[in-house]
Amino acid sequence: MSSKGGAYIVGAYESPDRVIPDRSTAQLTAEVAVAALADAGLTMEDVDGFACTADLDALPLAMSEYLGLRNLRWVDTTMTGGSSPLVQLGHAAAAIVRGQCEVVLITLAQRARSAPGERNRGFNPEGPFEEVYGLNTMGSYALAARRHMYEFGTTSEQLAWVKASASLHAQHNPNAFIQRPITVEEVLDSPMLSDPLHRLDSCVVTDGAGAVVVVSPAVKARLNRVGAKVLGQAETVKGTDLGRVDLTYTGARFTGPRAFEEAGISPSDIDYASIYDSFTITVIETIEDLGFCEKGDGGRFVADGGLLASGRLPVNTDGGGLCNNHPGKGGMMRLIEAVRQVRGETTPAVQVPDCELVLVHGTGGQLGTRMGSSTVILGVEDA
Amino acid sequence: MLEIVEDGLNLPVPPPQIQPEMSVFWEALRVGELLLPHCRRCEFVVWSPRPYCPKCGSFDVDWVSASGDGVVYSFTVNRRGKGFNKKYQEIGPYIVAYVELAEGPRILTNIVDADVDSVEIGVRVRGVVHRAGDDVIVRFRPVEGESAHVDSSGGAP
Ligand SMILES: [Zn+2]
Repeated sequence: MSSKGGAYIVGAYESPDRVIPDRSTAQLTAEVAVAALADAGLTMEDVDGFACTADLDALPLAMSEYLGLRNLRWVDTTMTGGSSPLVQLGHAAAAIVRGQCEVVLITLAQRARSAPGERNRGFNPEGPFEEVYGLNTMGSYALAARRHMYEFGTTSEQLAWVKASASLHAQHNPNAFIQRPITVEEVLDSPMLSDPLHRLDSCVVTDGAGAVVVVSPAVKARLNRVGAKVLGQAETVKGTDLGRVDLTYTGARFTGPRAFEEAGISPSDIDYASIYDSFTITVIETIEDLGFCEKGDGGRFVADGGLLASGRLPVNTDGGGLCNNHPGKGGMMRLIEAVRQVRGETTPAVQVPDCELVLVHGTGGQLGTRMGSSTVILGVEDA
Repeated sequence: MLEIVEDGLNLPVPPPQIQPEMSVFWEALRVGELLLPHCRRCEFVVWSPRPYCPKCGSFDVDWVSASGDGVVYSFTVNRRGKGFNKKYQEIGPYIVAYVELAEGPRILTNIVDADVDSVEIGVRVRGVVHRAGDDVIVRFRPVEGESAHVDSSGGAP
């Protein structure tokens, strides 16, 4: 689809704020939407496609009106948790190639820190067989981490390297929620919340917002702005395998190969990867499933700085969800740093030289039960 | 049939949301029987329970009684509640686990009557029904004795 006709991200903007007590998600959406469009050299008047992640107080129908979008020919309200913007990017690229729309705005705003709100638990079929046992988010990921350790010998030290590496990047990001280096020992010494995961195995909980603008080749040709070409995208839902859950892999096992095939490249071609990092274990399982290393070798891959900007696979150079920004749903933030890298516009200390091919992977939902997974591959515009 | 425990519970028994097609499951559990849906067309034992086979799409599903025997597939010790279910907010530590039933399914549950530091993957467990009024929940206890631990080789079938 997209690799044939072409679709380009020409605008991207991440709110610098991490604690936002004074504005609603609707207002934040407007802020990042205007800024992302300005980055592209476009205005709200140009937008004919809109996708946003449904939130407690900013549903997509209301948001299109709030923003003043009057020329919509395409909308997408996909909800696959934190991976939603990456799924929407693939849908948007396909719609652009099909000629359905030319300028798509994709937004996310959430105030997980200042207004966490109630989880809206109407009836869900798994509720009577999962939530009644006191499952929580960290516990869900801990179940996966425990099994990964059991089958492959992954260690707490290796998990801690994921956090430590993110923090070494975040110290160069003036907007990061945590801006100081965190050592492996510090992670291991932090309180054990859900064995085997420590408090510092977790992402930060922030408020946040971000937006990207995706356009057709014809629109891009009119703009004086470098773009990131959408080369491939795949999505899936991975659940409990009809009640025989295998906690050692993620949906990336399926989306990675399909995205690489569409882009016509392989994992060894990737210069930079944004990997959804709700918890440290999320990164280890995902890089295995994407083929950056063999299944079970993720712990050894990340140890000793494998994920650093100078390492074998530069990952989350903004500090990721683990240190920079994770407003409840983090896929938008992972996408924006990948756009910065491929445009050569991220923080100089962590900019990957000659960065031509980047990957973004989002994991929404829970590693311990079911997840919405999406892999995106972007390239420099003439790649 | 599973043992029923009513008194001295140190974990909550949250009222389950009971859908109309699931009343037979909950009525059986109230008297100590864990029912598993079994597909008469493809022989699959379904989890989570519903009178529908997600493997082959059949509604020709009957209910079989679980033996109650299982093995710990994975577990975590939640040191502080903060669970999705509010009844766990102030509770901890408690063990959340996947138990692989002898009949095949891996089901989310709690391990009870065990020291939180003694549970391991591969530990043999047996089901117990916790009951508080009309509300019931199936949990698992470690089995004592020689064969208390097996290799848990993993991998979905
Ligand atoms: Zn069947």
